[in-house]
Order: sequence, then C-alpha cells, then structure tokens
Amino acid sequence: MTLALPRPDLSLRSLRLWQRNWDVLRNTWLEELVWPFVEPLVTLLALGVGLGQIVRLPGGQSYLEFVAPGLLAIFLMWAATSEAGWSSYFRLESERIFDAVMATPLSVDDITSGEVLWAATRGLISTLFILVVISVFGTVGSPLALLVPLAAVPACLFFAAISLCNTAVARSVRSLNYFFVLYVTPQFWLSGAWFPLEELPEWAQRLSWWVPSAHAAELYRGLVQGRLQWGHVGDLAWLAVAALPFYALALFLMRRRLVR
Amino acid sequence: MGGPSVKPLVVASGVVKRYGPLTAVDGISFQVQEGECFGILGPNGAGKTTLVRLMASLSPLTAGQITVDGLDVARQGRQVRARIGLVPQHDNLDPELTAWQNLRVFSRYFGIPRAVAEERAAELLDFFHLRERARQRVETLSAGMRRRLIIARALINAPRLLVLDEPTTGLDPQARHLLWQRLRQLKAQGVTMVLTTHYMEEAEQLCDRLIIVHEGRVLAEGSPQSLVERFVGREVAEVHLAPFQDDAPVRSRLAGIEGLAWERAGDILFIYARSSDGLDPALLRGVGERVVLRRANLEDVFLRLTGRGLAE
Repeated sequence: MTLALPRPDLSLRSLRLWQRNWDVLRNTWLEELVWPFVEPLVTLLALGVGLGQIVRLPGGQSYLEFVAPGLLAIFLMWAATSEAGWSSYFRLESERIFDAVMATPLSVDDITSGEVLWAATRGLISTLFILVVISVFGTVGSPLALLVPLAAVPACLFFAAISLCNTAVARSVRSLNYFFVLYVTPQFWLSGAWFPLEELPEWAQRLSWWVPSAHAAELYRGLVQGRLQWGHVGDLAWLAVAALPFYALALFLMRRRLVR
Repeated sequence: MGGPSVKPLVVASGVVKRYGPLTAVDGISFQVQEGECFGILGPNGAGKTTLVRLMASLSPLTAGQITVDGLDVARQGRQVRARIGLVPQHDNLDPELTAWQNLRVFSRYFGIPRAVAEERAAELLDFFHLRERARQRVETLSAGMRRRLIIARALINAPRLLVLDEPTTGLDPQARHLLWQRLRQLKAQGVTMVLTTHYMEEAEQLCDRLIIVHEGRVLAEGSPQSLVERFVGREVAEVHLAPFQDDAPVRSRLAGIEGLAWERAGDILFIYARSSDGLDPALLRGVGERVVLRRANLEDVFLRLTGRGLAE
C-alpha cells in the first residue's frame, strides 16, 4: 500500500497542481488580488503616514521606515496561511478538486506538495508587491532589499505548511477560524512589525523567539535597512528548520484526510 | 467472450474493503476481458462505488488483489491510474475553469504533451457535442453537458480502461439516451468499460457481462440474457390485487402448471413462467384488479435476488 507507507511518495507532477492553481489565478486575478494588494496599501497609509505623525522612535527613525519591512512579514503570513487555509479548504471540500486529481497519476503527497508550493507562491507574490510599494514610498535603505524574495522562501513554506495542517484536520470551514484567531492574528501584533520588540519586558522578548513572523520581520528589517547581523542567519534557519516538520505533518494529515 | 488465450484486462480476486466495523466489499472476484463492457449492478450501498475506487487505485484494499493491465493497484497506483479513465458518480469537474481548460489541465496531470492533448481535447469536445461550449465555465453547463464533459475528461489520457460509476444517474431521458449512444460508439471502437448502475435498462443496453452485487458480495454473474433465463424465465405476469387481498385463489387456479414461481410484493403477485410456451393469459382472466403480462427482464432478476422490499 503506497498510500499507507510513511515514506513520502513525491514527484514533479506536484507542479501540475501548482500550475492548475496558477491558471485559476490568471482567470480570476482581478478579484483574487484586490484584498492582498489594497490592504497593505491602506495599512501603510494609515499606520505609517497617519500614526507615524505622532510616533517618535528612539534613534530618530521615522515610523514609516520602521513599519515598512514589518509589513513584508505580516502580509506574507496572511497570504500564505489564507491560501493554504480557506482556499485549500474550498478546493478540498467544496470544489472537490483533489478528488478528481487523485484519479490521475498524481499521488496524495504530490497534491499536498503542490498546495504547499502554491500557498508559498501566494506569499511570495505578496512579498514582491509590498517590496515594490515600500520602495515607491522611499523607505528602502539598502540594495540588500533585493534579497528579500529569496529570504522570504522559508517563511512562505513554513506558513503554507502549518496552515495546510490545520486545513487537513478542519471539520468545517468555520473550524479553520481557531487557527487564524489563536495563531495567525496574535502574530500580527507580536511580530515586532508595529513596535520594536526590544521595548518589551524580558519575558515577552523570550516569548517572541517562538513567534515565526517575528523572525521574518527581523530578517526583512535587516535586509531592507542594510544592517545585517549574524542573528539574521539564525532567523532564516529558524524558519527553514520549522518548515520541515510541518511539511511532514501536512503530508501525514492530508493522507489521513484524503485516503479512505 | 474471449477464449483462454485472451488476457483479462482486470483481475480482481478475493477483494475485501472494510471501513472500521463496516465491511463494504466482502470477498469479490471477477475478471474483465479486453473490449467488453462489464457491469456492476446493485442497490444503493451494495459496495459498487467502493469497488470502483479500489479498482482505480483511489483507495487501499483491506485484503485481496486487483490488477489492471497486469499492474497491481496497491503497489503500482500511479501506473494504474495513468491507464484508467474514471467517471465518478459525483461531478468533480473543476468549476473555476472552462470546458476546454478542464481537459487541458487534466491532460497535464497525466503528462500528455501539449500538441497531443490539444488535438485530443478538440476531438473529444466534438465527439460529445461540446465544441460550442469550449470557452464556457463548467458552472454554466447543463447536467447532461457536464456528464459528457466528465466522460471526455476521462478519455483525455486514451485509457486502456474506462470506469463509469453510475454515469447517467440524475439525467433526463434525452440526456441519458444521448450518453448511451456515445458509450455504445466507444464500445464499438474497442474501449473496455466497467460500469456501475442501478438502472437495469442501462445494463441491458450496454453490458456484455455483469455481476449483481448485494451487501458487498456477488450474487450472480453472466450476460444480461443468461441471467434473465436462469433466474426468472421468459415471462412475468403481474397480478395487481387490492392491498392485503389473499392471493390463494389465484395460486390455486394455476396449480399443476409446470415451471412457475411466485412472489408477493405489497399489492402485486409476481408469477414467473420458465416454460417455453409461457403463460396462458386465459388462465388469469378475471383475477385481481389488473393483470399485466410481459417479458421477463433484468429488473426482475435484480429484484428477485436482492429482494423486492426496501433494500436499506
């Protein structure tokens, strides 16, 4: 029984499912991209420009400059988790896309991998867009910012994989909410995107080591502002290493969900 | 069909499938020869869909073995699925895509080169009268068109075996007859088919051989005609009685006639006549409220074997 073996059954055909999702996005990009494109813009204007007028940061940095790289981490997380969350759930239960794909030479593991890769791609699309926006706002201080898309790959894969794990065990579309309310939304605030984590008490700073988006925000801030340190390698490694077990878990949970 | 030299395309032996305490398939064996249309008949819940899913390598077997084209469904699932076209009972076309895109995207799952896939997709849309609908999203298609598109999709990989799970359930008579016509054409072209259905007319129209499945087991196997002759006979008389009316007077009137069998189901007494001269209608004149004399068919076989009462 290929399907029940713990060893993953992977092939490049997983890219065919990625390609299917890409084709659908090309059919529907106007509706699909309104949310991920407009929301960061509004956020940047409201918090960066509006709130920025009254916020003074230590060191004289403008609030807009501080917030801009944080947006990369926040919206990457949103894009990847919501794609592997609501959208994957929709494909799984409402549209029954995977039922049809299971009757082709793709394996269930190919389906899982294709979905993870696709949700990660949506994270990357968001990253590229925000990178352009914050450059236009003149908040990018270093050519190292060009490395952001590359550095974003582990975070994209991590958020895609962990969200797909949640999708694979969700009993209804509403039960997806636990993950988003209890895991994704708190990271919105605890990522260090809106205020420097160094201002927090000791215990909260320690806690932030466990917050994936905090590592992402640290890393992108270093690149965008051209102040890289060895700690940033640690952030990158944290995300890459954390992505693996959740990918493995997603393979396991999706098999359990799809193979009957 | 097929002498001993013909290698069967599908060989199922001792197939068992359990879902927890429920046994959906309980030791089924059969073979499908190349070029034939093989039917799996049974009431709802008999295990037909489960059998199809096992054959198409969508679901792991609990016990037993199935090979398709010599490949083991359990160990060579990818290769098996590459050789099968599956028409599922429930529509799972990709609603985000047009009819044309559905075929193209599906062909990519099989790794079919673009030029070949586009040629086949165009041919299939023509064959199923869908060419004008190629650019329409599938949500806008009628039920009959969607069914035809699913079959077209199942043929995009030029499969060795086409597996159809209740292909016409829910279609109106026109759509059903158009589909049967197309399936007969495919059969004439040599496409091997496995078909599940609970429409007896469908089985009689399409199947060379069939098994009747009930509660996960095979009750009977053979050609539609041989099954009718074996289990029912040539003619059936339906004597419509008043509810709860005693049928003993009717039976006594026919006493002594050879080769008759009876069955009472609700307000109808079924009389099966095996003898070659059938029943003399004069014998039944004046009994019951109405008497219908007709040829025996597969539905009688099915109902005799699986019971005329509620199946569930």
